[in-house]
Amino acid sequence: MSVVAVQNLALGFGERTLFAGLNFELQAGELLAVLGPNGTGKTSLIRIMLGLLAPSAGSVAIEGCPPRERCHRIGYVPQQRVFDRDLPLRGRDLVRLGLDGHRWGFGRIGAEDGTRIDAALSEVGATPYADAPVGLLSGGEQQRLRVAQAIVADPVLILADEPLLSLDLAHQRDVVDLLDARRRSAGTPVVFVTHDVNPVLHTVDRVLYLAPDGWAIGTPDDVLTSETLSDLYRTEVDVLRVRGRVVVVGTPDDQHVHHVDNGH
Amino acid sequence: MFAQLLGEHFVHTALWAGAVVAVVSGVIGVFVVTRGMSFAVHAISELGFTGAAGALVVGIDPVVGVLGGSLLVGLVLGLLSLRGRERDSAIGAVLAFGLGVGVLFLSLYQGYATEATNLLFGSIVGVSDAQLRTLVIVGAIVLAGVAVLYRPLFFSSVDPEIAAARGVPLRVLSVGIFLLLALTTAEAIQVVGVLLVLTLVITPAAAAQHLTRRPAVALLLSVAIALVSTEGGILLSLVKPWPTSFFITSISFSAYLAARGLGWRKERGRVSRRTPSRTESAGAAV
Repeated sequence: MSVVAVQNLALGFGERTLFAGLNFELQAGELLAVLGPNGTGKTSLIRIMLGLLAPSAGSVAIEGCPPRERCHRIGYVPQQRVFDRDLPLRGRDLVRLGLDGHRWGFGRIGAEDGTRIDAALSEVGATPYADAPVGLLSGGEQQRLRVAQAIVADPVLILADEPLLSLDLAHQRDVVDLLDARRRSAGTPVVFVTHDVNPVLHTVDRVLYLAPDGWAIGTPDDVLTSETLSDLYRTEVDVLRVRGRVVVVGTPDDQHVHHVDNGH
Repeated sequence: MFAQLLGEHFVHTALWAGAVVAVVSGVIGVFVVTRGMSFAVHAISELGFTGAAGALVVGIDPVVGVLGGSLLVGLVLGLLSLRGRERDSAIGAVLAFGLGVGVLFLSLYQGYATEATNLLFGSIVGVSDAQLRTLVIVGAIVLAGVAVLYRPLFFSSVDPEIAAARGVPLRVLSVGIFLLLALTTAEAIQVVGVLLVLTLVITPAAAAQHLTRRPAVALLLSVAIALVSTEGGILLSLVKPWPTSFFITSISFSAYLAARGLGWRKERGRVSRRTPSRTESAGAAV
């Protein structure tokens, strides 16, 4: 049974259509990268899957249910965001919010909850700084805690929205490896929004490419070709493979090498 | 003289009233500081003043006016649930107009000028038994509200984006915290006055942030600092007949300065300890 079923999904604002007729399913343990230039609805797709945004047409089902009924079971990893330096919040507290932050009342951490928090911290290698204030941690350390926060409640699905932005290459690899390890060990499917496919290229099963005039889904070898992307962009686009990296040249939105800097 | 005053009933009432207001303000302050709502506190208290001035004009209990004025503004601001600059300018516009109306009410009011002064700067020693009872009831409502909302409120304060993704109802909580803040402000006005509400709602929580990284400890420290400031201020005003509000603000501000000093030293220690092993930490954390 598929974990996620997206059927005939469309999103538009006024006369502008971001995407339409989107169909795909995600199986347990699958890693899907969502690619494409800015403004094509990558983040909106994640928000629809979280139940925070209503689509113009079509539906998303998580384990057969509407997203809002499953949102407590979805792990979400956002872009790295700077915390205030004096925020009274330790890494451990941040992770705990992923476990019971949505429940009413004060709540007490039971022994079982404590074990789960410790396990999540240790799984992402954040144990050494679990008691440090989050505002004083580096971007890479904060993103590890974000992954721990997303997995602590044993989610059925992980949605990651540009989790690598503003991280250096070593930390990008760390975050990708953590999510990759999780989907292999626990079978949790991962949807990974990124403007640069290269950090996840070695592990991704399929890519969904959202372009201004259409979309394509398939294995990287099927989608990331000059032919497919030229069709999507309706212009001459070259996809080059340089030392195992994918470089897209000639898209209308930026004239220089696509993956280096996509306007962020 | 001091010992004699300590035996007086009105002093006991003042100390109890101060304690109630300090506990409630210290608790709410933690959320106010985390959410960056200091300016909203100011607006709500000034509109509480407008409400009180209006109540004086029509001849009802100013406390009712304070509650009405601050709850109305709290509700509106909470429903708007604005963020950042948009919220600041909206609050500024509302605040200015509300204060203008308050000035009109004051000029229409034919009673004693001290009533107005008490509103602006507080009159803790004038708290009656009936007022104390109201303070306790309203305080209990605020604390019960915080107890129910605590976890999702904290979640949405430190991490709104993830909280929304996890199904936390941000708008409901926004309205909730603004209403609780309005009740708290209406309480604090009676102790320190409209102009000095920030000294109980902001300063203790801001000081506590610099002293600990544990959310629960920050809450307790904030309450402790608010309590020491209020009770200390009342006691000092028995020794020297200066305004109670002056002593309260002085103590809470001293606590804030001391906490900043301590926090600054702690942070430096932490960064220099971390730097040798992970060179990126110090720079990237900024």
